[in-house]
Amino acid sequence: MDVNLLPLFEWSEASWIGNAIRDSLWLFPVIEAIHLLGLCVLGGSILVVDLRMLGAGLRNTPIGQLARDVRPWLVASVAVMLLTGTALFASEAIKCYYNTSFWVKMTTLPFALLFTFTVRQRIAQMAGINTSARTRTVALASIALWFTVAAAGRWIGFS
Amino acid sequence: MSILAFLEWVGQTPWSIALHESLYMYPLLESTHVMALGWFVGLAVMFDLRLLGWTFRTVPTTEFTSRLLPWVQAGFAIMFVTGLLLFYAIPVRNYQNIFFRVKMIMLVLAVLNIWYFHNRTERSIGEWDTQARPPQAARVAAVASILLWLSIVVAGRMIAYNWFDCDIQPQSDFINWAAGCVVPSPP
Repeated sequence: MDVNLLPLFEWSEASWIGNAIRDSLWLFPVIEAIHLLGLCVLGGSILVVDLRMLGAGLRNTPIGQLARDVRPWLVASVAVMLLTGTALFASEAIKCYYNTSFWVKMTTLPFALLFTFTVRQRIAQMAGINTSARTRTVALASIALWFTVAAAGRWIGFS
Repeated sequence: MSILAFLEWVGQTPWSIALHESLYMYPLLESTHVMALGWFVGLAVMFDLRLLGWTFRTVPTTEFTSRLLPWVQAGFAIMFVTGLLLFYAIPVRNYQNIFFRVKMIMLVLAVLNIWYFHNRTERSIGEWDTQARPPQAARVAAVASILLWLSIVVAGRMIAYNWFDCDIQPQSDFINWAAGCVVPSPP
């Protein structure tokens, strides 16, 4: 089945939020800056646990506890990223439609989110003070997924 | 030789021109600079959240200073090297960019904040290492750190916009002064 998504992108571009951002000189930069601040907190929330699952960083603290402690910050930063990201998208949806980096990002992002809140969360909760091949594999997969999302996201702006 | 004249010379060196005009090196450097934010600022903020007692409340603060700080420092090294190269690629434009100047001032303040925390507040860490909520001095340092680094990120992002660039005139006298624009005086 061949699904044509272009009308959806056109609708996004024509939406009031897309128009408002395009009509403003400073709205896009400000939302973009908040998107970046979200990236900082998201990156820290992800890395502090991934490093730990690799056997580095806060090694004296049980993995499950670190993951629990950081979870509100992880969820909040994901929410900020999704909200600001949707707004940025609406302002240039047609450009995104023809942008390979955008599609790479949007293909990877659901996997990154799903992986983080299912497999990674469960493995982290079950793990204690010791790392294992399993925690290390999960950490590497997490880093690879989020790295791809961030790199592809940055590259949207270059093409 | 003025700073401006020196940077004009720097901008004419072959490597600076090559970097500036490169198809992939400049975007790659910039991407590395941006993505390392999640590493450097991200982990620094995690440390600050611990100092505030907002999370990781049962993790001793020395666990952060001894085990997480090296990763923060490594992240900073990446930011610093890529940032220096990005500046080297377009020295004059950066030097005369108001957001770049604001960013540099806040960078100095952020370093002073770290210096003060390390040489004063952290001295007594043995007394509050395991406290869920560290003393006020530590919490103030954490708030200052978060606000400064996040402002630095925003200012850094804004460098890309040319609203206040010297070659776009007329600008207000304040902008021309703050950005160090050389504006020919009216005849």
